[in-house]
Amino acid sequence: MTTLAAPARARYVQDYGVYAAVLALLLFNALFTDNFLDLTNLRTQLVQVAPVVIVALGMALVIGSEGIDLSVGSVMALAAAVIPLYLGSGMWVAIAMALLAGAAAGALNGTLVAVVNLQPIVATLALLVAGRGIALVLADGQLKQIRNPDLLALGRDQVAGLPVVVWIAILLALMVGAVVHRTTYGRQLVAVGGNRAAAHLAGLPVRRVLIVTYVLCGVFAALAGVLATARLTASDPSAIGNLMELSAITAVVVGGTPLTGGRIRVLGTVAGALLMQLLRATLIKHDLPDSTAQLVQAAIILVAVYVARQRRTR
Amino acid sequence: MTPVLEVRAVTKRFPGVRALDAVDMAVLPGEVHALVGENGAGKSTLIKVLTGVYQADDGEVLYRGERVSFARPLDAQRAGISTIYQEVNLVPLMSVARNLFLGREPRTRFGLLDIGRMNRDAAETLGRYGIDVDVTRPLRSTSLGTQQMVALARAVAIDAKVLVMDEPTSSLEPREVRTLFDVVRRLRDQGLAVVYVSHRLDELYELCQRVTVLRDGRVVHTGPLEGLERLALVSHMLGRDIGRVRREGLTGFTGEHAATANDTPVLRVEGLTKRHQLHDVSFDVRAGEVTGLGGLLGSGRSETAKAIVGALPLDSGSVSVDGRRLRRPSPAAAIRAGIALLPEDRKAEGIIPDLSVRENIVLAAMPRLARAGIVTRARQDAIVEMFMTRLRIKAAGPEQRVAELSGGNQQKVLLARWLCLHPKVLLLDEPTRGIDVGAKAEVQKLVDELAAQGLAVVLISSDLEELVEGADRVVVLRAGAVAGELVGDEVTEDAIVATLVAP
Repeated sequence: MTTLAAPARARYVQDYGVYAAVLALLLFNALFTDNFLDLTNLRTQLVQVAPVVIVALGMALVIGSEGIDLSVGSVMALAAAVIPLYLGSGMWVAIAMALLAGAAAGALNGTLVAVVNLQPIVATLALLVAGRGIALVLADGQLKQIRNPDLLALGRDQVAGLPVVVWIAILLALMVGAVVHRTTYGRQLVAVGGNRAAAHLAGLPVRRVLIVTYVLCGVFAALAGVLATARLTASDPSAIGNLMELSAITAVVVGGTPLTGGRIRVLGTVAGALLMQLLRATLIKHDLPDSTAQLVQAAIILVAVYVARQRRTR
Repeated sequence: MTPVLEVRAVTKRFPGVRALDAVDMAVLPGEVHALVGENGAGKSTLIKVLTGVYQADDGEVLYRGERVSFARPLDAQRAGISTIYQEVNLVPLMSVARNLFLGREPRTRFGLLDIGRMNRDAAETLGRYGIDVDVTRPLRSTSLGTQQMVALARAVAIDAKVLVMDEPTSSLEPREVRTLFDVVRRLRDQGLAVVYVSHRLDELYELCQRVTVLRDGRVVHTGPLEGLERLALVSHMLGRDIGRVRREGLTGFTGEHAATANDTPVLRVEGLTKRHQLHDVSFDVRAGEVTGLGGLLGSGRSETAKAIVGALPLDSGSVSVDGRRLRRPSPAAAIRAGIALLPEDRKAEGIIPDLSVRENIVLAAMPRLARAGIVTRARQDAIVEMFMTRLRIKAAGPEQRVAELSGGNQQKVLLARWLCLHPKVLLLDEPTRGIDVGAKAEVQKLVDELAAQGLAVVLISSDLEELVEGADRVVVLRAGAVAGELVGDEVTEDAIVATLVAP
């Protein structure tokens, strides 16, 4: 790497650093952590990271549009609260209604950002606060046990050795990758995030693109809420998705997507989520206190943002 | 009389440009001194050197006879040089009175703000300037004129000796302009020196005693304004030797397209009106012709172009293409109707820096090149390759990031973006500004070819030579209104300048 100029090197680190870090952590654990490479353990790690990945994929789209969505955790709670209300009509109806709630939340966010022209951080802050409140009202403030066998199976079953939840995350990642790189919507999204004024003058449907983006993010968050509820075997709107917005943003940023928009790294986002998950697992397995884990996470976020900043000043 | 503020041989360099080149200027107490010049002439840089935003690389700044070097704007302000910017730099949410006394509020015996006294004093001060306003209201809720007056009153209250006003009237009502001028004259009579920057010739002649004209970072004229013909002033600004217009220029244009021109207009612009910006702008553009839009900076050229494509909301007016009026104007609707605009600010409104050359070219055409919302690379690649060859875009390849290209090549990428839509009308806002000579000639040649092929082209340019060489007819704008239209042989630099300044 010595031949690269400093900006090019920074770009290289931003683009591939996260994969190197994931590999390094895996290697470290393979050597120094007992039973880390056990299938059971790896499966646990993947199951735990799956909801974060799903939410982070939606977040990556929003961040690519030069926005941010703080409401994802609350939308998860909202979806969790909606499920028990409709489980009587079967699992699919309940899931559909939960996703619809997520879409509605996203449509509200998108409208506030694209039509009312609020700053994304403010627009979605409203739903961060209100969403969980609504969820608690819907659920009467109570935790509700899930007894629907279909939904419980969704959280428990495995296909080809991997939990269904993990498969869903993998499929969504592939889908989002294809959408970003292969569809007009995806390319227009990146263009809007890169230079909104230019996109507008080029006749792009800027408002529609932004609203669709927030709707997708809301639906993804709702899906994560559904899956988390199925895993937990209970709908718990007061706890589910707490601080999820921060985990998702971290995964996106660590994965090399700049907060300034105009660039979306889907695989990087998945790796970013994996990195944070592995990091926490590693520290826990080596009996380091949670506070240390938080400090290390903070350090990694700072490095990621610093690398991104360096590139922008070129 | 000794100047209160003087610059001697001041030079300021930026990477690649010499923004000020041995500039001399002296401002006397009790005069309003006009500072004029076109875009990029160095006015803003000079003001920033005077007010401590920049430091001169060479030369010296003398204030009240002593050599000074202000490290920051605050130092200049403390010394008595106040600046009133286009956008008023006050605190919008605080009350009018608070703004007037910001940083020197009257206190009570206990060190608390004496709000009663502050409000009384503020009302009295503003009253003296003929401003009757509730001083307890937040500044934001008052008119822009009042905000300017508060800024002025504040400058005077802090005992300023020099007042720098950078286009203070650009968003004021005529009545507010009157009041402002009255106050400026009164301050002048009290011995204040005012440096006044404006593009409005009428204002300069009404208010100013002397003028300094900058062009390309040099002083090209300085002296009393009285007795200086408008024509002479404008020719100083534009750097044209009036009366000796060279027909054979340095541009890449070849001449007229009248042979291919058609009489029925493709684009008809009627009565575009937008408060403070456009006043009843109407003109026609024919196929196979280059229609120039001329005018000084701030005359409404870019605003007209933006309005035509629906990017500037209008109070009234209409745009029709081939006789069909555009309803609900928006850039998307204009593109559907066949109008494309190459915007003036390439970086801010043109390129998407992180995307590739290919994606920047197909940006607007993407939906047309896709099947069911799925991008088809084969179709894109064919078009991109065609335009990269035709426009001779120099890039490592279609996948290079557009931000890494030179200005001229970025401009060609943007031209390709519009041409691949096969527009009927192409609006070009300063298409050759800031690009190198070679690319400039290529772009000019291309404009010629496009018109010859039957496209209706609107060319906006501050470069008179480019306008005269390139355009078959020129619509001259002044203060947001059409001042005249020149056709065929009438299109000369003389005639354009004469129309610019005609009373």
